[in-house]
Amino acid sequence: MSEQSIKQTPAHIAPAPRLRLLRGAGIWIGALIVVLVLPMIFSSGHSVSMLTQMCSAIVFALSYNMLLGQGGMLSFGHAVFSGLGGFIAMHVLNAVNDGALVIPLELMPIVGGLGGLAFAIPFGWISTKRAGVTFAMISLGIAELVAASALMFTGFFGGESGISSNRVVDHTLFGFLGVSYGPSIEVYYLAGAWMLIATFAMYLLTLTPLGRMANAVRDNPERAQFVGYDPHLVRFLQFSLAGFFAGVAGGLTVINYEILTADALSAIASGTVLVMAFIGGIGFFFGPILGAILITYLQTSLSSFSEAWLMYFGLIFVGMVMYAPHGLAGIVMAHRPALRSGRAGKLLLSYLVAAVPTALLLVGLISLIEMGYHLSTAYMPEYPISLFGVEVNVTQLRYWLGAVAITAVGLAVFLWVMRLIRRAWHEVNAALGGERT
Amino acid sequence: MSEHALRLVELRKSFGPTEIIRGVDLDIHKGERHVIIGPNGAGKSTLFNLISGRFPVSSGRVELHGQRIDGLPPHQINRMGLSRSFQVTNLFHRMSVFENIRCALLWSMGYKYAFWKLVGRQRRLNEEAERILEQVHLQARRDVPAAMLSYAEQRALEIGATIAGGADVILLDEPTAGMSLTETEQAVQLIREVTAGRTLVMVEHDMGVVFGLADRVSVLVYGELIATGTPEEIRANTAVQEAYLGTEVA
Repeated sequence: MSEQSIKQTPAHIAPAPRLRLLRGAGIWIGALIVVLVLPMIFSSGHSVSMLTQMCSAIVFALSYNMLLGQGGMLSFGHAVFSGLGGFIAMHVLNAVNDGALVIPLELMPIVGGLGGLAFAIPFGWISTKRAGVTFAMISLGIAELVAASALMFTGFFGGESGISSNRVVDHTLFGFLGVSYGPSIEVYYLAGAWMLIATFAMYLLTLTPLGRMANAVRDNPERAQFVGYDPHLVRFLQFSLAGFFAGVAGGLTVINYEILTADALSAIASGTVLVMAFIGGIGFFFGPILGAILITYLQTSLSSFSEAWLMYFGLIFVGMVMYAPHGLAGIVMAHRPALRSGRAGKLLLSYLVAAVPTALLLVGLISLIEMGYHLSTAYMPEYPISLFGVEVNVTQLRYWLGAVAITAVGLAVFLWVMRLIRRAWHEVNAALGGERT
Repeated sequence: MSEHALRLVELRKSFGPTEIIRGVDLDIHKGERHVIIGPNGAGKSTLFNLISGRFPVSSGRVELHGQRIDGLPPHQINRMGLSRSFQVTNLFHRMSVFENIRCALLWSMGYKYAFWKLVGRQRRLNEEAERILEQVHLQARRDVPAAMLSYAEQRALEIGATIAGGADVILLDEPTAGMSLTETEQAVQLIREVTAGRTLVMVEHDMGVVFGLADRVSVLVYGELIATGTPEEIRANTAVQEAYLGTEVA
């Protein structure tokens, strides 16, 4: 029964924290260790900057999931709050640089959070009166409104060049330890600490009366009314808190990049956070964390591998929506019963077998996309490109035939192997079901 | 202090040109078990929706303990001590049985919109939720999502969620609809237990249930009450026999 409930009702977070206290503490300590150790393994400047951005993205994606996963509110404008929070933090940071204010740099994410909260309160009050399509449309309208304002109020948003600042300020909390936040590794640890604090806070929020009622209103706003709660107020409070944490993420971005443009509150940024949460899995608290890590990695690394990276990005999203609607977290959680009962070996074997045609299929697809991209965008299409170590001239038909053949063979074998995986799944689940009854 | 738990005065409801509730006057005494019967389409569920604030009334008054409640939103009516169940199961379907009950308790135990308290740490809240779980005999299904319960179990949870908030006026809309004979008996026993000491207003089709449970019965036909009285009086009423009972009981 329980494994079924995990698969079918991903939003169900089991209660009884006392029983899980020890295991729960283990997870947080593990996360702390990972945050501490990661930059020692990935120590290049590029990696550390990416890890810092991941911390910010994790907070942003989790705050988005306070709306979508926990509150049932599909927002197309969440970047409004990270962006506006970020701009507030940016201006405050500049005021600190000018000596007009004294706020330690470490607290800038809180400043961003308060900025996000300040805007989430009025916008949230308007948009949370209704859920569903109405909410989604209003969120889109507000996003457009704010994006348009960014072009008009160039004093606040800095126009095309944006607003920049300097994160090395006179007053810091840990300055006595020799920390200046000049080196990016110091900024990473600051972002990591805030990420852990914000994640823990957002996790605890799911266990409060408001957090539980947000789930209740998501499931059935009418019933929530008949147990004494005003769904509008529940959504509004949840929305405001989500706006706060989005602002925290914006503040972290400001510290990392020291520059912010109107792109930060664009519809693209709002779409990206939706994709992060969705690919990670909106039905699980930790899902958006996985999504934020993956998407940030793709954004920073894939874009340097291929000009067509947005195409891959879109394909991954469409593929996840169609074949893994519970996201990466859903895939992980679906394996838990099998892992626990020690039956994962059978599955693993079928995955290993499937890896071969999957690789073949990917090689074929990537070749086709890259060749097509090169053919239509390159100045000299006949100039050969290197694909998987092969010199390819995209104006010659034989390379196209080759790529199509690889894709077709890959796809055929892949579909055949998928049957194998399905059978393995069926056997494992049947065996598990047999044990329970 | 009014002796009426609930009072309907000249209550009317129209949907467009069609009048569904056509001037209902009804006093529900404190502590009584009052069952509303009537043929399909008589407006029984509409009447419940008007009382509980789900639909706005077209004219007339609804009073709860002497206070007017028509025009108030459902959550405020609920906070004043009226709770209802639904004919079609209406639960928090992705949340567990226990969570459903606990959410139904939160407001009445004063938690409001708190986001600085952990529900897992509230001993009285959790004990109370466990107690209600036991009352509706769902302990074994504690951690199962509501959507995965059997129909009879969902109905039991529906009753549990309705009574959890401690409301003293309970409206149950066809709580035994679609149940087998045994399930119905268990449900009636459950309703008897959990509504002891409270005022119960119930819509019911099963005449066995009606005459076994009701202190008084009201008969609603085409939006009008044609009779109110004890089960014996209703059974003897010729107008009722013609309009309704004749076809179902004979």
